[in-house]
Amino acid sequence: MTRGERRTLFIGLAFISPWIMGFLLMTLYPVLATIYYSFCDYALLSEPIWIGTLNYRDMATDQVFWQSLSNTIYYAAIAIPVGLLVSFLIAVMLNQAFIARSAFRTIYFLPSMVPFVAVAMIWLWVFHGQFGLLNYALERIGLQGPNWLADERYTKPALIIMSIWSIGGAMVICLAALQDVPRQLYESAQLDGASFMRQLWHITVPMISPVLYFNLIMGIIGSLQLFVQPFIMFGSDGGPNRSALFYAVYLYENAFSYGNMGYACALAWVLFMLIVALTWVATRTTRKRIYYAGE
Amino acid sequence: MIGQLIRRLPLHALLIGGALLFLIPLLWMISTALKPIEQTMTMPPQWLPYRYTAQMDGEPVAVRPGPVYRDEGRDWMRVLPEGESTAVTVPADDVSRYVSPRWENFGNAIRAMQFFPQYLRNTLILCLLTVIGTVCSSALAAYGFSRIEWRGRNRVFILAVATMMIPFPVIMVPMYALFQSIGWIGTLRPLWVPTFFAQAFNIFLLRQFFLTIPKDLSDAARIDGCGEFRIFLQIILPLCKPALLVVALFQFMATWNDFLGPLIYLTDQKDFTLALGLQFFQSQHGGTEWHYLMAASVIVVLPVIILFFFTQKSFIEGISMTGVKG
Repeated sequence: MTRGERRTLFIGLAFISPWIMGFLLMTLYPVLATIYYSFCDYALLSEPIWIGTLNYRDMATDQVFWQSLSNTIYYAAIAIPVGLLVSFLIAVMLNQAFIARSAFRTIYFLPSMVPFVAVAMIWLWVFHGQFGLLNYALERIGLQGPNWLADERYTKPALIIMSIWSIGGAMVICLAALQDVPRQLYESAQLDGASFMRQLWHITVPMISPVLYFNLIMGIIGSLQLFVQPFIMFGSDGGPNRSALFYAVYLYENAFSYGNMGYACALAWVLFMLIVALTWVATRTTRKRIYYAGE
Repeated sequence: MIGQLIRRLPLHALLIGGALLFLIPLLWMISTALKPIEQTMTMPPQWLPYRYTAQMDGEPVAVRPGPVYRDEGRDWMRVLPEGESTAVTVPADDVSRYVSPRWENFGNAIRAMQFFPQYLRNTLILCLLTVIGTVCSSALAAYGFSRIEWRGRNRVFILAVATMMIPFPVIMVPMYALFQSIGWIGTLRPLWVPTFFAQAFNIFLLRQFFLTIPKDLSDAARIDGCGEFRIFLQIILPLCKPALLVVALFQFMATWNDFLGPLIYLTDQKDFTLALGLQFFQSQHGGTEWHYLMAASVIVVLPVIILFFFTQKSFIEGISMTGVKG
């Protein structure tokens, strides 16, 4: 390295030093500590005691762990694809020319601005079995609405409906990408007589595929760590028959209610591995289908 | 023109229908927040808050309405005059109603939350400190990641972006232990000090913007003998005000909305934030006092919505930017 190079390296590192310190203290250290604690018996007020893989072996036979995991995967398996599809379709609709377009965009985006705590409060009330607005609407069209939050079959669908209500962020990202798709592509497709659906599938989807991929990854990360809504709406025990006990809630409970910090760390590490694995799978399966302009 | 309008009719119907579905829960929250308790739990639900008066002895008296029944060819209603304990029966025609929002619900909800002024103060303090921390630290780091070409920069940047994948629950326990060992649990510090150590997401956002500024600008300044920090402060930052505003807005929202952080780090009710305070209120009064719960929710939601309306453009631009090259 020349003197000049060393100088720029030094200046560069000086500028990013806040990040370096943050990375060491608030990312690297806690991630390593999580791994270490996950092999320990660790309650908050005592020193961690090494117990080998006991926490992980406990996990294998912990029914509640498996239930929280399957609840979370059930939720993610529906909420992610449905969310992706709905945000894409709304964005496509909002990208058409019509009156008061910007007002519509605001309306669809608005719910995603509502703090999660308030989202939980609003939907507690909308889903109310007896006086809830949703069941009244269902009754009007001749359906008997379930007792959403007290019936174990409907707690997860209720949370999925809520997740769709907060789709605004993904929708705006889609919309921005749609506006960058060159118009000529559609014009020449129209000349060739391609239908709207064909244009959507063969032009729109490939052209905005990087953004769909981005939303997919964000969906995976967000869904697997869902905490606020189930915690507030169903409490720490996860509602009827633990049907809404989510992974992050169980993790929180182990760490801060049961005092099993070591076990919570093992849970945390499994969660992280799960996110990495799913992201990897998503990347592998979509890589060939993602189109990056300029490459 | 007309033909196009008709062809687009199904699209419009779909859009309007969808917009209503998205809007109704918010409107329902506001509607409930303005009602007296006995009008919150009715079937069918009413959208507007009313006051009822009955003509008794030629005088209008404020009453609570009751069930209507038919007798001797007339409709009758059991009504409870305000402040009395026995109901009386009057001809249903003598009962009239008018729309009257119960603004006092907000005051009552605030009083029922006990420490509302403290919640609000804590939240605003945290918003201010975290916005300052994030804007300063991530601007510095983003500059280092975009405007200076040092060896290994891109590899380190990829590492920084990769850390975005680590969710808070994964590092929650060691962070708690760390803050406990320095005695910060039960204070606001764990909630704002970390923002002074640039988070990857904001660095990423600002870097995108910094990269759009022509290199020549910095080079010209360097030739004139301008130091790197001065270039950052006096040339680049003034050009990046819109991007800084976006980062500030995102951080404000994140702090205002944060729930898990305050939940684990704060112990005394007087230190709670609004989000945590709202949940605490719900855990104590929830299930029955829907009008107060919704009024409290409106108080938490409204500032965010107002802020959004004033800053809509930068906001949408910022979110769009996050998807670019995702």
